[in-house]
Order: sequence, then C-alpha cells, then structure tokens
Amino acid sequence: MSDKKNWPLWEVFVRSKNGLEHRHCGSLHAADEDMALENARDVYTRRSEGVSIWVVKSKNITASNPENNGEMFEPAHDKVYRHPTFYDLPDEVKHM
Amino acid sequence: MMSEEQIKNLEAQFEARIARDEKIEPKDWMPEKYRKTHIRQMSQHAHSEIVGMLPEGNWITRAPSLRRKVALLAKVQDEAGHGLYLYSATETLGISREEMYEQLHTGKAKYSSIFNYPTITWADMGAIGWLVDGAAIINQVPLCNTSYGPYARAMIRVCKEESFHQRQGFEIMMKLANGTPEQKDMAQDALNRWWWPSLMMLGPTDAESIHTEQSMKWKLKRKSNDDLRQQFIDQTVPQAELIGLTIPDPDLKWNDEKGCYDFGEIDWDEFWQVVKGHGPMNKERMKARVGAWEEGEWVRDAAMAYAEKKQARKQKQAI
Repeated sequence: MSDKKNWPLWEVFVRSKNGLEHRHCGSLHAADEDMALENARDVYTRRSEGVSIWVVKSKNITASNPENNGEMFEPAHDKVYRHPTFYDLPDEVKHM
Repeated sequence: MMSEEQIKNLEAQFEARIARDEKIEPKDWMPEKYRKTHIRQMSQHAHSEIVGMLPEGNWITRAPSLRRKVALLAKVQDEAGHGLYLYSATETLGISREEMYEQLHTGKAKYSSIFNYPTITWADMGAIGWLVDGAAIINQVPLCNTSYGPYARAMIRVCKEESFHQRQGFEIMMKLANGTPEQKDMAQDALNRWWWPSLMMLGPTDAESIHTEQSMKWKLKRKSNDDLRQQFIDQTVPQAELIGLTIPDPDLKWNDEKGCYDFGEIDWDEFWQVVKGHGPMNKERMKARVGAWEEGEWVRDAAMAYAEKKQARKQKQAI
C-alpha cells in the first residue's frame, strides 16, 4: 500500500421527499464535499430516491458506545410515567 | 484483556442475540471469527460486482440499439453502485478500502468465478442477465435477512435493483430466440455456454462446502448450495421452454415423485480450475481491473491535492 493520502470517508443522508426526514443510507469516499455530494447522487439516488442529500465526514460523527448502553439508555426503562398509558382514567373519558 | 471465560460468555450472548433474530451493528462486540468471515464474504461479494462490470462493459459500445444500450449502461452502472454499497458496508468491520483493493489486485481475495468466462456475442448479454443475475438473485435474497445490519441493508438495496437486470436479459434472449435462425442459434449457443457455469455459481455441493454450518448459524446462509441450485433449475427450465430454447443437459428430466427436475453431473473439475485462476479470462480480468486502478491514480491524487488546496485557501480567508 502507498503512503499517499486516500480520499476520506463520508456518511450520506437522503431525504426521500419533502416532509420526511433525512435518513442515513450509506457511505462513500470522496476528495471533498462537492465530490461527496455528486458521488452520493450517483450512488444512492439513481432511481429518484431523493430530493435532498446531506454528506458529512465520518470522522466528525461522535457515536455512543454499545458497551455503555446500560448507563446510557436503561434509566429510561423504569420511567413508565412518561407514557400516557400510565395514567388511569374512567372509560367515560373517551379520547384524551 | 478479557479472560477466556469472559470471551466465552460474550460469545454465548452473541449467538443468542442472533438466534433471537437481533441484528449486529458495527460497534457491537463480535467474535473475531464473525468479523473475519464477514469481511471475507462481503468483500468477495463487492469484488464480484466490480469485476462483473467487465464482461458486460465489453458490449456497451456495440449494443444493437439505443434501447439496449441505455439498459446495459444502466445495469453496469448499478453493478458499480452495488460494489460501492458492499465495500462501504465491509469497511464498517474495520478493514480499509485500500486493503480490500490490495487483496483483490494481488489475488488474495476471490470474486465470483463466473466472470472469468468470455462474452463473445451479443446473446451473452442476454444469457448473463437471465442466468447469471438470476442465480445471483437466488443467492442474495436470503441475505436481506442476514445478521449483520450493514450487510442486510446493502442487500435490500441490491435486490431491489437486481430484478431489472434479469428482466432485461430475458428480454434480449426472447427477442433473439424469436428472430432469424441465425439469431436463434446465437441465443442457443449463449445458453449452452452459460448454463453450466451458472449452476456452478451457486457453490460447491453441500458435501464439499466448508463454510455451511457456521454460516447457517450466523444467517449468512439460509439454504444450502444444493437447495439453491435446485431452486434455480426448477425456475429456469420452464423459462427456457417458453422461448423455445433447449437446456444443454441430456439428463435433465422432470421427476414427478420429488416434484423437481433431475439434472446431469456438474463438471466440478472445471469449477475448481477456474477458481484456481485457470479459467479462460482470469488473467484478462485482473489485468483490466489493476490497469484501471493504476491508470486512475493520478486522477485520485489530483482530486485530493485540489481538495487540500481549496481547504487551505478557505482557512486563510477565515484568518
């Protein structure tokens, strides 16, 4: 392998139509952001899958570590009072 | 460092997650063997898509009509896309793109042997779409449910796009089979040459297949090679009959009792010869692939230099 600089990795997010959120759909290599956008169009929207694309350098994403999932997400498990079904109401109250 | 017992414990939990149909994601703990097996299979799959562009790329400029040309061009473009989805999915396992290319170019990594056969007539474009993509679909559909999340997601995209490939191939064959006697002969000749290699594409017989058991556990495989092959034959024979072509197998016969076709002996010596690098086009394919990579080097370097220059200019302006 050469010690040359390789094209960095980018994550691609596509909005399939207005009104929907951008969703992660994959990644690709590109020299800069313009090329990343063009490559994303060619690789991920060949059949009109999108109306808007975001690209972000993968190294700029901070991700949670699954090994810490316990302390990260478990505190929410026992907080059932955050859900509407926790509250008892008489049947006569039809919609609330 | 983890103790051996801790690792065993983690492995047991890991296998249980897969058994419950949970997906494994890139940052999750996984056994080394799981990582290695997936890198091997996924990169091999990606290489097959990339090398698979070569036999068909050969005919783009000579397609018989504009309709055929745009279709073939779109198909080859899809294959580039599929290769890219799969390479990036493989990178999530901690191998770099450069390492994978290196493995392909030095022959350390394999790609599907089917692409080591030549495409000598236009009918080969029909046979490849119909048979080769047909066999690939049979292999790939079960992978949409495989345990490794990024692989499963890539396969869903691939399978969605693949069905047009097979249909355009069958349409080519159908047109030729209904054409002049010369055209029909050309279609039959392509079927004769691609039939057996297509059956081999579904892998060695179950008795010879070394990876099956572990792969079944990890859902890298849902059906055995022989079952997939039978499925391919049973679905393809009626299609050949429909367009008046003959499957080149004198032993092919419907078995009423088993409810499927019996078929002749596959020449596995030929298969292993091609796997080992002695197929008609192995050298040619690698030469084209490595050549494209090397000749593109200055373009990749120039793009990177330009990106750095632009970045430096931006930073200077910010100060």
